[in-house]
Amino acid sequence: MRVNLRYFAAIREVLGEHEVIDVPAGITVGELRDRLMAGSADHARALVRGQGRRCALNHVICEESAVVTEGAEVAFFPPLTGG
Amino acid sequence: MSIRIQTGDFDLGAEVASLRAADPAVGAVVAFVGCVRDHNDGSDVSAMELEHYPGMTEAAIEASVDQANARFDIRGVRIVHRVGVLKPQDQIVLVAVSSPHRGSAFAACEFLMDHLKTQAPFWKKETTPQGKRWVDARVSDDAALARWNLPTPTSTGDVR
Repeated sequence: MRVNLRYFAAIREVLGEHEVIDVPAGITVGELRDRLMAGSADHARALVRGQGRRCALNHVICEESAVVTEGAEVAFFPPLTGG
Repeated sequence: MSIRIQTGDFDLGAEVASLRAADPAVGAVVAFVGCVRDHNDGSDVSAMELEHYPGMTEAAIEASVDQANARFDIRGVRIVHRVGVLKPQDQIVLVAVSSPHRGSAFAACEFLMDHLKTQAPFWKKETTPQGKRWVDARVSDDAALARWNLPTPTSTGDVR
């Protein structure tokens, strides 16, 4: 199934704004992240866990255990600094 | 409720006038305006660039406004957040709240601002004499949010 990926701020600067990938049905956000990190050195560096990096599924902040569905939008980004 | 993300500036007076227009039950308006400092973390700042996540940013702010409406006796909320390149002294954000009495307006305004800082996807990159750098999240912002007895943000991936 196809999943839309979005990256922001420092992560966007490494990986670009957007990509679309094919993943097996039933995959979790954490498993998706592992696949991405295994795919390239840039992904491994940009998506490394920690430093408050967060992810969102369909515009809502999520845990890595969240299950991704067909056509979902998954985003990875650094800590929020608005206001 | 009115939430806007925009590159252009805003006019506090006009926003407050429109927030309280046609609502004679309003007895108080509290407004917070955040602006760009020329100094941060020991460096001069000559410019600040704000990025957001279209769609999610608006949804996250709406969720915070829903919480404020459930928690405080308020009549209206106006939030304007700028994105793009800003200079020192520029206005960044407006949070204005109208209510029958001042207590709920003060509290809701602070509640919304604390949520905006920690729950809405915005990122700041500042230009300093040493180059451009992404602004770090502040622990004090999470502490400010915790005062409202709500869960602090998830640090995705730190624990699996």
